[in-house]
Parts: sequence; C-alpha cells; structure tokens
Amino acid sequence: MEGIRLIEVKEEIHADNKAKAEALRDRLRGHKTFLLNLMSSPGAGKTTVILRTIEALRDDLHLSVIEADIDSMVDAEKIAETGITAVQLRTGGFCHLDASMVERGLEDLDLASLDLVIIENVGNLVCPAEFDTGSIKNAMILSVPEGDDKPLKYPLMFTVCDVLLINKIDYLGFSDFDVQAVRERVKRLNPGITIFEISSKTGEGIGEWTQWLKKAVGEIRFS
Amino acid sequence: MHELPVTESILKIVLRHAPAESVKRIVRIFLEVGELSDLEDEWIQHYFDYLSKGTVAENAQLVIQRTPIMFQCDACAHVFERKREALHDLQCPECGKTECRLVSGKGYYIKNMEVV
Repeated sequence: MEGIRLIEVKEEIHADNKAKAEALRDRLRGHKTFLLNLMSSPGAGKTTVILRTIEALRDDLHLSVIEADIDSMVDAEKIAETGITAVQLRTGGFCHLDASMVERGLEDLDLASLDLVIIENVGNLVCPAEFDTGSIKNAMILSVPEGDDKPLKYPLMFTVCDVLLINKIDYLGFSDFDVQAVRERVKRLNPGITIFEISSKTGEGIGEWTQWLKKAVGEIRFS
Repeated sequence: MHELPVTESILKIVLRHAPAESVKRIVRIFLEVGELSDLEDEWIQHYFDYLSKGTVAENAQLVIQRTPIMFQCDACAHVFERKREALHDLQCPECGKTECRLVSGKGYYIKNMEVV
C-alpha cells in the first residue's frame, strides 16, 4: 500500500493507571495509612473475612472499608452495622477497581486518622488481577468449595497477591480439596506469597492472619 | 471482561501518537499481550471498532502478539517457557528443581502502528 509508515509507540497500556497507583501509594505512606486490596470470587467470603478482621483489630487500629460492587449496597450495610465506616463504590458494570476509583473512595475518608483501609474488590478472579489499585499489599481468598484447581485456571491472580487466605477450611471434611496441592501450585507461581488456612465461620486461623496484617500495618505506621 | 477499559487506553495512547496534521488514518496497531492475560482478542477489536468511530483510528486493525509465559529457575538460572495449560508442571528442564519464578507473560504493551 502506498504511503504507509510506521510510528513507534512503545507504551505500556496500563501506564496511566500504574502512575496513579504509585502516586496513591506515596500519599498513603505519607499519611502512614496501610491499604489492603482483598480479592476473590463471588461467595468466597470476602465480607465475612473483613468482619472477622475488624473484630480482631478494631481495638488496636483505626480502620475503614471500601466496598466495591457492581450495583448494590448490601456489603457496605453489613460493615456499617459494626460501627466501622464503610464507603460504597458502585463500579457501574465494571468488573474491577482501578487506582482512580479507589482514590474517589478515599475522598470520603480521613486518611490522617486511619491506620488501615481494606478494599473489598469486585468478586472476580480475572479482571481485578490486572489493575493496580494503589494498595500497599494484595490479598486473595480461595475458598474450599471452589476447588483446588483455581491456581491453574486463574494463574495471574495468584501471581499478584502477597497473601492467600484459604477460607472455609471447616468444609475440608466434606470435600476432596487438596490443601497441599494448592500450596505447591501457588508457591511455584509465586514463591513470595504467604498462605493462611482460615475459617471465617469457626474463627480458626483468623488470629494468624490478623497478626500478619497488624505487623504489616505496623511497618507503615512506625516507618 | 475488562476489555473495555483496556481498549479505551489503547485508543487514547494511539491518538496521542497520531498528530492530526501528519496522520490521515491509522491502519494497523501492533500490541504485545502477556499469555497470562485473559483478554479476548476478538472483543478488544469489537470494542475498538466501536470506540474509534469518527477518529483517525477508525477501521484500524489490532494485531495482537502474545508474549510467552517464562520462568527462571532459582537454582541454575535457566529460563524456560511454560504453556498456560502446563502450569501444574514447573520443573526446570535443565536441573529438575521446582523452585522458579515468573519472569514474563504479564502486561500489555503497544509496540508501534502503521499509518498513512
């Protein structure tokens, strides 16, 4: 074809979001506020894990929650019942949160007075893995009823998380879920990940998880 | 599922690189997308066709090249490729150890574009 020429672009498609996420992380560090991005499939137990986490840490830390849902207030109302401030973000059909949306959620919170903000991302193992929210750490929940093959089906999610919570371990007796196989699969994809086995129903393992979180928050608070 | 925001970013970036005084039309856009990404090529093109209407990028073809999933062995530093469907087997083909880390296969990148 006549006159076709090549223009070099050489740009990351997510460069904008990454820059916003980095700026947000700097701002959070300035306020000594820890931002945790919690991800999972729908029904893995994000809200219940957050409620357990609030229960364990509310005496020691000032915390708030940002709830992301495509179009409902159900989760934010559950959090608000505990007396903890919850900001509801409606993503309006979007399947994930990005740094700009989180920034909007944070506008309603007084960061200077907060030690910890937990984001409950949209329930989905695909899209949230692709978008940096500006969080200091990423955590995900895999629940026993979902099956132990999830690291093979959704590998990207397992590579972007600092923590994996294997939830609903009270179901292990009724399931062929192989905890050891999950540990091995995940560690191979992401050797740096920390794994906790928990039950937000019985409370098993919640202490270990919240101790980890408290320590991570402390590293920002006292830095 | 997140093809729409990704496509919006692609359009924004290519339009920034195509000044109206020198570019009449963008013909093809060459992208690199990590094999670990769950984007559907077909949907990116559909969304792009829709979003680019009335711009110099209208009717541009997206050419998506997948970057392979590569691991590096912690023990012997050998770099090897694994297909998505073979992620359960992450043994180093050189030394047989299983401790290895992901070195590529994520991310989205616009390489270049053909314009007239």
